[in-house]
Amino acid sequence: MTDGADIHPTARKPGAWRAGWARLPLTGQLGVMILLFWAVTVVTVQFWPLAEPLDMVGRRLQPPSGDHWLGTDALGRDVLSRTLHGAVYTIPIAFAVVLSAVTIGSTFGALAGFFGGWVDAVIMRAADVTLSFPPILLAMTVAATLGPGLQNAAIAMVIVWWPIYARLMRAQVLEVRTREHVEAAVAGGAGRMRVLTVHVLPLCWTPTLINATMDFGQVALLAASLSFIGLGAAPPTPEWGSMISEGAAKFYSWWIAFGPGMAILSIVLAASFVGDALRDIFDKRSVE
Amino acid sequence: MLKYILRRILTIPLLLLGVASVAFMLSQMTKGDPLAALVPERMMSDPAVVAAIKAQWGLDEPLPVRYVYYMGNLLRGDMGTSFTTRRPVSTDIAERLPATLELVVAAMIVGTVVGMGIGLVSARFRNTAIDGAGRGFALLGSSVPIFWSGLILLYIFSVRLKWTPGTGRLDARTQPPEGITGFYTIDAALAADWPVFVQALSHLLLPALVLGWSVTGIVARLVRSSLLESLGQDYIRTARAKGAPEHRVLLGHALPNALIPVLTVLGFTFAYLITGAVLTEAIFSWPGIGSYAVSSARSLDYPAIGGVTIVGATAFLLANLVTDLAYAWANPRIKLQ
Amino acid sequence: MTAPLLEVTGLTTTFGTGGKRASAVRGLDFTLEPGKVLGIVGESGSGKSVAMMSMLQLLAPSAKVTGSAIYKGRDLITMGPRDIRKIRGKEIGCIFQDPLSAFNPVKTIGHQIVEAILLHDSKISKRAATEHATSLLADVAIPQPGERLGQYPHEFSGGMRQRAMIAMALANGPNLLIADEPTTALDVTVQAQILDLLRKLTEERGIATILITHDLGVVAGMADEIMVMYAGRVVERGSAEAIFYDTRHPYTRGLIAAMPKLDGPGEILRAIEGTPPSIWTRPPGCSFAPRCSFAIEACRTTEPGLRRVGETETACMRAEELDKGMPA
Repeated sequence: MTDGADIHPTARKPGAWRAGWARLPLTGQLGVMILLFWAVTVVTVQFWPLAEPLDMVGRRLQPPSGDHWLGTDALGRDVLSRTLHGAVYTIPIAFAVVLSAVTIGSTFGALAGFFGGWVDAVIMRAADVTLSFPPILLAMTVAATLGPGLQNAAIAMVIVWWPIYARLMRAQVLEVRTREHVEAAVAGGAGRMRVLTVHVLPLCWTPTLINATMDFGQVALLAASLSFIGLGAAPPTPEWGSMISEGAAKFYSWWIAFGPGMAILSIVLAASFVGDALRDIFDKRSVE
Repeated sequence: MLKYILRRILTIPLLLLGVASVAFMLSQMTKGDPLAALVPERMMSDPAVVAAIKAQWGLDEPLPVRYVYYMGNLLRGDMGTSFTTRRPVSTDIAERLPATLELVVAAMIVGTVVGMGIGLVSARFRNTAIDGAGRGFALLGSSVPIFWSGLILLYIFSVRLKWTPGTGRLDARTQPPEGITGFYTIDAALAADWPVFVQALSHLLLPALVLGWSVTGIVARLVRSSLLESLGQDYIRTARAKGAPEHRVLLGHALPNALIPVLTVLGFTFAYLITGAVLTEAIFSWPGIGSYAVSSARSLDYPAIGGVTIVGATAFLLANLVTDLAYAWANPRIKLQ
Repeated sequence: MTAPLLEVTGLTTTFGTGGKRASAVRGLDFTLEPGKVLGIVGESGSGKSVAMMSMLQLLAPSAKVTGSAIYKGRDLITMGPRDIRKIRGKEIGCIFQDPLSAFNPVKTIGHQIVEAILLHDSKISKRAATEHATSLLADVAIPQPGERLGQYPHEFSGGMRQRAMIAMALANGPNLLIADEPTTALDVTVQAQILDLLRKLTEERGIATILITHDLGVVAGMADEIMVMYAGRVVERGSAEAIFYDTRHPYTRGLIAAMPKLDGPGEILRAIEGTPPSIWTRPPGCSFAPRCSFAIEACRTTEPGLRRVGETETACMRAEELDKGMPA
């Protein structure tokens, strides 16, 4: 068997991580650091010496000061603490949504591309119809149907995003399916599911990975948007979208919305930096 | 070519059928009483009205029959009654659509013009500080949450600097201009009512900039990369060898070729603009279908949000169709096939 | 002897960034008299096109050009952008290899020729320019020229496109025409037609021509003088006759052997083995030595200069020995 080398990437040598890091452009490194910061925040923020995000700790609507770096909101809560705690909602949700959309979409896309025929037709028409909706409107309709709440907003976003991964994976499978080693495996009498899972799928992940990285930011953005509209997290949850919504109600106190806005911006930027870097790396590799 | 256009146009009704079916499915899943969505509250006590509505929507029929009723009503433009405004959803939408269109068109102009400008300058001065600044500005636009940037800019320009008026389409006491288009700027201009025109324009400015900024990134990025690709082509050398000055090479030869791929993203941009419009309208109290959708969603007004979604999907599909046709038209190499 | 139209001295072009630079053209010298045809022959990568593009300042900014190219008393190399623009297309016309990619795909042929006219004549009306363009297309024997003006490049056949390209290059009555591989992308039968047309038009109008090609056969019937280039330098030059009948340089012999001969049926074409060195990995000594079957030790250490041997100037240290009796 020679196709083993094709399937399994060459084993990582020690120091490969460091070499990979050095090859990242500056923006890519910055992106990785921002995402790491938020990941660490999610896990450890409860131990930080911060004010309780739900407690009134100061006077109402105070601008940023030494005591409250990002000021206080309409209920006298500390905006910095609420912003950092907001990560606990947005980051896991965005991660879960991307993971589910990738899993569901890729499965359907792989089945469609590999089996073709009516399987393909049914799956891809469903994807076409889903993609006919402007994303936010579909998410709003689904969320309105299921009722408000972060969990329902997450379901709505998975429904919005799965077709993108279905299309991506289908195109990849269609391309990889015609490669020699796959045809050899089929000729060798391997079962269809085995051919799909062992010989085709491992070669199809790169575009999905790049897209998923970039979408992570977009999902975080849409999640915040839905909360802003009132379909995601509900007050007093320190979720970024609903915090901005509270800020909009008191918009002379600009600082209420400033922290959560910067937080969302940092995640969207970081995700697109990392996604760009990944694409450059994989593109170069495919050229080589 | 003709075949392609026909096939492309024929898929639209099929996709719309799918869209409507999804909307129907979701409407059947709502937790609220569907009757409550259709009958104004004060008429609920009137059995005759309830019976009539039930018959119209076939609520006592089995699911497939209800589906047929739903589709029939949709075809007649009946999307039910909003239970917040107590009016037919189609009336609400028709009344608010021009505001949204005015905003989206203005934003599209801003996004395309600014995006193309940045793309052009970036390509001309590639890999310099100017290039970096332009790309940074564009990237920021597509990454920033629009409901936050809108808020911040509103605070800076309206509250602090007082350069722009507050929210809404006109000052509170101004009478909207009479007109046919429903675009206040155009209607006021047609009526030669210049004070109202200026007011409408100044109200439009900030939301259009905020919304347009969100798509400059997409446009600028594509214009830059496709210009750079065009600039590497042989016909650019030919143009220079003819003695064409650099600005003419860029605008006259590279740009027309670079714009063909840009056309393809305009449809895509439109999807962003619809998403952005929903949020921008909410921030700027813009009385369009976006803010209607938001308030409907907040009050779980299913018929209203479903109606907006169907209208939005239709607009979205049509925009994509127009994009594809424009692409075919702009590229003489495709035209012949 | 008339005053030269173009006098090139020490033309050198280097590419690269920072400390890492490599030269694509290394000290090119030649003169061209009005109305004469100079053939520059060499494989791709020999620097022939780069040299011409350097003269017209058509290379990317990363290319650095030194030396001089005096055209009608003015140096093209040091000329400002405004002045060189007035030379391009007006004094010096260009024809490129692949006419499909050399025309802008989204503009009609007419638009592009008219543009060439308008760029150098601000007084002419658009209508007169269009009429001029029509007559130009007629000059290059394109049937129904008026109709053809409104068509796009992809609607033309390869040969017709190259004719249109010639028409565009001649639009402003240039004194010098640079034809860079004008027939390479065309079918053999069409090649001959295009060459005939080129010869006829330049002779009629007394236009000096620099004909760049990798195919000695193309320049055979046209050029007054021929320069053979290899790895950025001229390795042999002389009158067309001398190059063909008193060849000294092994490389030129290889090129001649590689020419298809119509009168020798069944003869196997002989290509020169190997490939030219890249500009980054040029060997010391004679650049051709690694591929030369006559190379001796000295060839690999010293790079020979051009010197007169017999009828031609040759850069080969064994030129005298190779005069007779050695197989090409």
